[in-house]
Amino acid sequence: MTCSIFLQNKYVMYQDKMFKLSDKILLLCVGEAGDTVQFAEYIQKNIQLYKMRNGYELSPTAAANFTRKNLADYLRSRTPYHVNLLLAGFDETDGPGLYFMDYLSALAKAPFAAHGYGAYLTLSILDRYYRPDLTRDEAVELLKKCIEELNKRLIINLPSFSVRLIDKDGIHDLEKLVPVGAK
Amino acid sequence: MSYDRAITVFSPDGHLFQVEYAQEAVKKGSTAVGVRGKKIVVLGVEKKSIAKLQDDRTVRKICALDDNVFLAFAGLTADARVVVNRARVECQSHRLTVEDPVTVEYITRFISSIKQRYTQSNGRRPFGISSLIVGFDFDGTPHLYQTEPSGTYHAWKANAIGRSAKTVREFLEKHYKEEDMESDTEVIKLAIRALLEVVQSGGKNIELAIMKQDESMKILDQEEIKKYVTAIENEKEEAEKKKKT
Repeated sequence: MTCSIFLQNKYVMYQDKMFKLSDKILLLCVGEAGDTVQFAEYIQKNIQLYKMRNGYELSPTAAANFTRKNLADYLRSRTPYHVNLLLAGFDETDGPGLYFMDYLSALAKAPFAAHGYGAYLTLSILDRYYRPDLTRDEAVELLKKCIEELNKRLIINLPSFSVRLIDKDGIHDLEKLVPVGAK
Repeated sequence: MSYDRAITVFSPDGHLFQVEYAQEAVKKGSTAVGVRGKKIVVLGVEKKSIAKLQDDRTVRKICALDDNVFLAFAGLTADARVVVNRARVECQSHRLTVEDPVTVEYITRFISSIKQRYTQSNGRRPFGISSLIVGFDFDGTPHLYQTEPSGTYHAWKANAIGRSAKTVREFLEKHYKEEDMESDTEVIKLAIRALLEVVQSGGKNIELAIMKQDESMKILDQEEIKKYVTAIENEKEEAEKKKKT
């Protein structure tokens, strides 16, 4: 699980990898430097264009499929985007949904997902402790469990994690998670 | 077989007749009025009476271009659809490249340059629409611009386009007061009063959209319009009474 932390004198800058596609949809985009921001911002503006043209926003399912189609079209061009994506959204009728997408343009709706080296560790934790009827607090606890596992077993020290939550009222920023003992 | 000959050519006395005919087409369209206040911008359009079986929600003459800009047009609806679509794409494209929303002037200039291009191109006719473009820049200043089929644009404090535009503009010139523009309700009332001059059967045939600073466009529903119309009628009655005494 790579995070981009950039130390400059005493200032720590980090790049926000989550892109707000609409009021209730977030796109987490990781991968090749440059490709991530270019692709995510392009998708973001096209989703906004849909809203302007039609008067309502795309559903998470539609947004995920639109993103996948774009990724697939670029895959067999001279300029493929090397990005791995997680798209999370809340639909009025279908409720919350999480979509896993990788750089080969595979799309899968999943109850939980992860990208990167950290995925090797966290997916097992999620497999063991995930239940479909988790409450909001239980879900945040599960996320904390994953981060504890990374703190214990991952060879890279990751000092802080930014967390966002999507529900029927939109996107909420939760407080940063700092693993115990992390510097 | 491609048509290479330009349709818009100069006449011997220096007129572009196609552009002038396009302006005639605009004069046949239903009236639209725009007023710029200090903290609010208002666009009102005359809703033509539609057939009984037609769903009137599908007749939208006020279109949002972005969260901070919207426009109303007079003239050929189909032509307007093309222009509005291009403008919407340009608004997002602008956000993508410079990470800022468009200014009202920028998007007006963009629309005008599209229109001008069609007055100087192979085999294409000019767009038969005039539009009123309103909105707020990201520094909070409100603007109202008018574009024409010729591709010119001008900034206005209040203006009207379409059928009976002249009557409405004269009304606005008579009744526009700089101090009134501080109050949001006065701005809305001025727009409604201007439209009521030319619209048949009052409030039912008016569609009104407002945008306040830092808010997105809001289309007023019939009850809200009725409230303003009754307030205006009461004011008129009081003014008449005062005159008699």
